[in-house]
Amino acid sequence: MISGFVFRALEGRIVAAVGILLAIGILVPALNLLTPADSAIHIPTYAMSLFGKYLCYALLALALDLVWGYCGILSLGHGAFFALGGYAMGMYLMRQIGSRGVYGNPILPDFMVFLNWKELPWFWHGFDWFVFAMVMVLVVPGLLAFVFGWFAFRSRVNGVYLSIITQAMTYALLLAFFRNDMGFGGNNGLTDFKDILGFSVQADGTRAVLFFMSALMLSLCLILASAIVRSKFGKVLVGVRDAESRVRFLGFRVENIKLFTFVVSAMMAGIAGALFVPQVGIINPGEFAPANSIEVVVWTAVGGRGTLIGPIIGAILVNGGKSFFTGAFPEIWLFALGALFICVTLFLPRGIVGTIQHGFRSRKAYKAAAEAEKGRDAQPSVAQAAE
Amino acid sequence: MTSKVPFRVLQSLGLLLCLMFSFAAPSFAQQTDPRPMIDALSKADFGEAEKLIGQLAATGDARLVPALNAFSEGDLYFRKSDNLVFIGKAAGSNYELIDPVTGASAGQAAKNAVTKIKINNSLRRVIRSAMGGLTLLSPDRGVRLQAADAVLRSPSAENLELLETAISKEADREVKARMEEARAVSLLSSDRSIDEKRAAIATIKNYGGRNAIGILMGASASLDPSLKADVDAAIASIESGQRLWDIGQNVWYGVSLGSVLLLAAIGLAITFGVMGIINMAHGEMVMLGAYSTFVVQQLIRDNAPGLFDWSLAIALPVAFLVTGAVGFVIERGVIRFLYGRPLETLLATWGVSLILQQTIRSIFGPTNQEVGNPSWMSGSFPVGGMTITWNRMWIIAFSLSIFVALLVVMKKSSFGLNMRAVTQNRRMASSMGIKTPWVDAFTFALGSGIAGIAGVALSQIDNVSPNLGQSYIIDSFMVVVFGGVGNLWGTLVGALSLGVLNKFLEPSVGAVLGKILVLVLIILFIQKRPRGLFALKGRAVEA
Amino acid sequence: MNTISETRKKSLLYLDNVCVAFDGFKAINSLSFVVEPGELRAVIGPNGAGKTTMMDIITGKTRPDTGTVLFEDTIDLTKKDEADIAQLGIGRKFQKPTVFESHTVWDNLELALNRSRGVFATLFYTLSPEDKARIEEILETIRMTHRKDEYAANLSHGQKQWLEIGMLLAQEPKLLLVDEPVAGMTDAETAETAVLLKEIAKTRSVVVVEHDMGFIRELGVKVTCLAEGSVLAEGSIDFVSNDPKVIENYLGR
Repeated sequence: MISGFVFRALEGRIVAAVGILLAIGILVPALNLLTPADSAIHIPTYAMSLFGKYLCYALLALALDLVWGYCGILSLGHGAFFALGGYAMGMYLMRQIGSRGVYGNPILPDFMVFLNWKELPWFWHGFDWFVFAMVMVLVVPGLLAFVFGWFAFRSRVNGVYLSIITQAMTYALLLAFFRNDMGFGGNNGLTDFKDILGFSVQADGTRAVLFFMSALMLSLCLILASAIVRSKFGKVLVGVRDAESRVRFLGFRVENIKLFTFVVSAMMAGIAGALFVPQVGIINPGEFAPANSIEVVVWTAVGGRGTLIGPIIGAILVNGGKSFFTGAFPEIWLFALGALFICVTLFLPRGIVGTIQHGFRSRKAYKAAAEAEKGRDAQPSVAQAAE
Repeated sequence: MTSKVPFRVLQSLGLLLCLMFSFAAPSFAQQTDPRPMIDALSKADFGEAEKLIGQLAATGDARLVPALNAFSEGDLYFRKSDNLVFIGKAAGSNYELIDPVTGASAGQAAKNAVTKIKINNSLRRVIRSAMGGLTLLSPDRGVRLQAADAVLRSPSAENLELLETAISKEADREVKARMEEARAVSLLSSDRSIDEKRAAIATIKNYGGRNAIGILMGASASLDPSLKADVDAAIASIESGQRLWDIGQNVWYGVSLGSVLLLAAIGLAITFGVMGIINMAHGEMVMLGAYSTFVVQQLIRDNAPGLFDWSLAIALPVAFLVTGAVGFVIERGVIRFLYGRPLETLLATWGVSLILQQTIRSIFGPTNQEVGNPSWMSGSFPVGGMTITWNRMWIIAFSLSIFVALLVVMKKSSFGLNMRAVTQNRRMASSMGIKTPWVDAFTFALGSGIAGIAGVALSQIDNVSPNLGQSYIIDSFMVVVFGGVGNLWGTLVGALSLGVLNKFLEPSVGAVLGKILVLVLIILFIQKRPRGLFALKGRAVEA
Repeated sequence: MNTISETRKKSLLYLDNVCVAFDGFKAINSLSFVVEPGELRAVIGPNGAGKTTMMDIITGKTRPDTGTVLFEDTIDLTKKDEADIAQLGIGRKFQKPTVFESHTVWDNLELALNRSRGVFATLFYTLSPEDKARIEEILETIRMTHRKDEYAANLSHGQKQWLEIGMLLAQEPKLLLVDEPVAGMTDAETAETAVLLKEIAKTRSVVVVEHDMGFIRELGVKVTCLAEGSVLAEGSIDFVSNDPKVIENYLGR
């Protein structure tokens, strides 16, 4: 049963993508560590870290694609799950600093000493233990997604309403994490990390391993997503996206289907955040900003929602563009990003990968589908199918 | 009850006395010539001067005010040759002498021909209260009111009789009430009877406010111990009254925040509520409106500074046209291709918002711009125990009038009729000859224009920066969704109730946590009632 | 009293005195409606008569304000939601054909199959030989074997209607609610659909809502005419179409 589930996932394109990802995951660190710094093929550490960051973003985009591209839930709050995973990792890293902080307190992180706190808040306990922290990377975003989704999907909050309240959710968290009393370092967040599992986070070797882990986790999540999408469950998922009431009248519990997908997706986003934090060296409330979550949407849209490879390509392309623009022409970047939002929705609704994939289908099929889509979209409301 | 009977009797007795005194006082003032008393100041020491000032005050002659004022400023001189006292003003190397009673000029004198009359702080205090007493009888209502306020601020038993005279002659209700308060306060430090003091405490209690608590607390130490219970009861009663005012003040703050939310959301109530367009660039329309105000004010400052008080009135149509035009372009250029695809609209308009923000940032820079308040929007006035600032007052009035105007446009105008027809049944409307694309474009332009007008108002209370819009976008959506999409009244009620809720949470949990709680409550509320407070029901909604 | 409880006991679907109001407008007004096992019933009525709302009530989409809705005499449908009711064995075909456009015909039928519908059951589902045979059988019934790998989006309107009926068959319902199955069909397709529905009704109860009087005549079954949310007349097509109230309200002069 399980083997069938996994086997189904390993379809040609996915195998190729996983192969490429793992090759990158090994080759880039190898070129960084094993070649001399003046060699033509040497990859400097900052470039490796930068690309490692892109891989984390790619995982976040993949997570969003699972709920948006396949299930039709446009979450504008996925940045929150990403940030929560990041904070869980950050808390582990803070506890590893030990007495090397500015104030030298062996238990309390610097910001707590600064705020004159006497003991560790209850929710910081256990985070000095790596396994516990990694479990929390999954549990905290998963739990938030579960509670939020349980209420939202049960009461059939749909479409833009759902998007708006997910945005409100991440906004509320943004405000909350800015507060010093929350115990997460307030404005400054968590930073000045020293070790992870006893290895310095600054060391090239550690960074190489983190890079490889990013590629590996992205590959594993890609296989998991592929297995989900290609199972009967995945077909139901697409059914929910295209004709929710039909799925319901076939006897499926749509709220459970959405909830499961939402939670899995939130956990993936949490993993992405956890890998992101040690590579950039900081996590602060800015990660909860609603604008960040919306940016993830455009990565997914550019690459192609409803395809698994698309969001990965989209995240890497857009972030590569962002790094280039903000370095070379900082004023232009927001214009470019804004234009990207508009152009993708107007001219490339399927995204890059989606458009290429679609080219393979017959022209007639394309036309028919477009007609059908138009017909469906002509009635924007929720329950048009029941009429 | 028993204690009140003698009090009443005494009060009427006191009134009688006052009346008699009041008949006597004016004639007394007429008869006595104040000039010798003033001249006596030239030889008086501080103690004698104090007595003289008391006598001057007792004349009740308001003409003496400038002289007393000059004395406390150190501008009173006597001429060495004849020991006559004058008000002196430096005029070159000489002094210009002014008669202290009539105010007429009395020629000039060389500097060494006159001597300054010495003054100290305790004398100044006596002068101040004497002046307060004298001006209480001024024919000018404003002066009397100010005088009563002055006595209220620095009460003294010496003014008591004068106050009583003034009260008996006072015809204006407001001034009289103020004088009664001043009398009560002054009475506490006098040697009047305990019953009279008790009555005074009652008067102060009715006056209320934070000042009254301070007065009573200050006075309670020197008062007769038998009055302590009265003082405590009065303080407690004032405090509970104050609590009501505090609630009132909170409601006012809440309504004021609500009106801001209403302003920000009302344009969205059209574009999102009526047309169903998710316009994430809505906040940027507000921002453009605020920048239009800034530009208008700059032009006025440079070209016609006299018109500054009119700058907002001029900015209103400018902002409406600018943002309306931008909205029109956005609808024709982007949104019309995305009708029926709300999620795509959301993304594309977010892109628009980024571009608008960056455009403004490139033109005006990323920092806050200074937008001035016209004079009629500055300052505040008290209502009972609350303070109301004029800018909040105007913004509330403004947002409500926009709301009403919009309601009228929607319900009464032919454009409103077309708009509702198109949103309810596009195909039918189009077959009846309504140009639906134009109605769409102008409806969106109207919603955007209103957001721009909101920006004019919000520029008065918020920082005008390229990020202005972003701080309103989530709140505005919350208001519209909470109130119920497609229902203008829902937006009104939603905005006001969220504003008040926010302000009531604030004192107990703090501003940030209050806002978080409100967000969480709205999220929960939407789960319970996905279509908001005033939802349309039935099949028509879902079709 | 006795006869009422008798009808109730025998019935598959039993609606009594059901009322629904939307903002004061009574969409359904003390409606009573009984379907027996194995019965094929046609429902007619003017627009706004409450036909679709009645289906919404039966399938759990709309909750009635008052009244009884029973399935197999014991199950109170007003307490269940759409998924429960579908699992009990009530299938529904929408007015507008609603199939999964981005899935193939085969996948559409596979999704509709009456198998365990839980999250994990569907995650680890593999197609068994029996399921394969069942889908092939349904493809045969709806005459679409040759198009099984086609995306549903590429089907014609009539084919989508049939695919939807096929999906309902795969659901193996005891009661099938069919809303305007022949709207937009050619005459030949209409005739074929009538044959298909009669065939389906051999093994289960079917309620058909239709405007096409020719089609109803072709079905040759008991007809219920609704107007303004309640039953106007019930009986054979000839009886109903001669009823003066029906002529007044629906058929017209």
